[in-house]
Amino acid sequence: MTPAVEAHGLTKRYGPLAAVDDATFTIAENTITGLLGRNGAGKTTLMRLITGQEFATRGSVRLFGAPPVENAAVLQHTCFISESQRYPDEFRIKHVLEGAPHFFANWNTEFANELVEEFRLTRKQRIKKLSRGQRSAIGVIVGLASRAPLTIFDEPYLGLDAVARQAFYDRLLADYSEHPRTVILSTHLIDEVSQLLEHALVIDAGRIVIDAPVEELRSSAATVSGTAEAVERFIAGREVAHREKLGGLISATVAAMSEADRADARTAGLEVGPVSLQQLIVRRTGGFSTTSTTTLEEATA
Amino acid sequence: MDDSRPIFRQLAEQIENQIIEGSLAESEQVPSINEFAAFHRINPATALKGITLLVDTEVLYKRRGIGMFVAEGARGRLIDARRQTFHDDFIRPLHAEARALGITPEELADMIRKDTTP
Repeated sequence: MTPAVEAHGLTKRYGPLAAVDDATFTIAENTITGLLGRNGAGKTTLMRLITGQEFATRGSVRLFGAPPVENAAVLQHTCFISESQRYPDEFRIKHVLEGAPHFFANWNTEFANELVEEFRLTRKQRIKKLSRGQRSAIGVIVGLASRAPLTIFDEPYLGLDAVARQAFYDRLLADYSEHPRTVILSTHLIDEVSQLLEHALVIDAGRIVIDAPVEELRSSAATVSGTAEAVERFIAGREVAHREKLGGLISATVAAMSEADRADARTAGLEVGPVSLQQLIVRRTGGFSTTSTTTLEEATA
Repeated sequence: MDDSRPIFRQLAEQIENQIIEGSLAESEQVPSINEFAAFHRINPATALKGITLLVDTEVLYKRRGIGMFVAEGARGRLIDARRQTFHDDFIRPLHAEARALGITPEELADMIRKDTTP
């Protein structure tokens, strides 16, 4: 099967800065992928490259097997909702909804109207008069109702409250189940979306640092804690993403822990605990205190 | 659903528990993949993986075009399997904690006998 997105050595440089640096990955069709990373890590640039809004400095990207730049056939099947999605101020909501079918072949008017009601908007409202959160809701509605084979949400919920975000997640999941499509969701709210994601793509300083199924990440990483001596003995030779020291105790996040490793750790008298996707990513992209250990004395000095 | 273990395993265990408790009877139809996904707010691929695990272990079986059902004899097999792991899952940690607190095996046995929790 042709992947929805296929990138090879994809690079975008702005002068000396490589916003996206030699990214090679594929996104399988009909999956929900989380594109995760810190501010300025290169998420938005990567999405703009994928949707043909930027020219790559080097490397290539293909959507459903074809290059996206100036390619109407491909872009008709793509919906990109950007963080600061703008619509003309003098528009009313209905103008946005009436224009959408011209851009998206799979647009569903009925679904869009349901969503408008769910987000407590009315078709007559003027864009200019909407709050930040309501404007974000319009982006979410367009993204969902487009039913585009490739739908990309870049931090779609600036200003959206918790209820509206939950409505977005529930609607996305329900509609995706019935109408499978490829969804890329870029977000900082990793804990909120981790159970929706099938695959995680983590970018840090322009480079892809994690490209793995979420269930695999969830089952592989673990924290081991116990006396410094016992933990040190256990983690020797293992990949440690993070460690913390408190007096004579150490808590370490170990990247790959099989069932057998977990049993070994317990036998050695160590406590084995879970690592959330968010914690794992924070630790892999933290940039500080990943290799050094901070003692309580140092921290409070 | 929590982060301690893969979500698909947690889903599979939840369904197993319902079968053991009897809230899901043998030959009864279980919800669809999409219903599980919506209810637990998890990715449908994850729900599918959990269900597939139960089909592979013959706890559930598929009827083409109709749905998924609890297999005949699933409850008995699940109880047998849980009995096998009961020692490792419950007795061993119980003993370890008792030892750490200085509770002797006799005292422990006594506590179990006197415990009236239904």
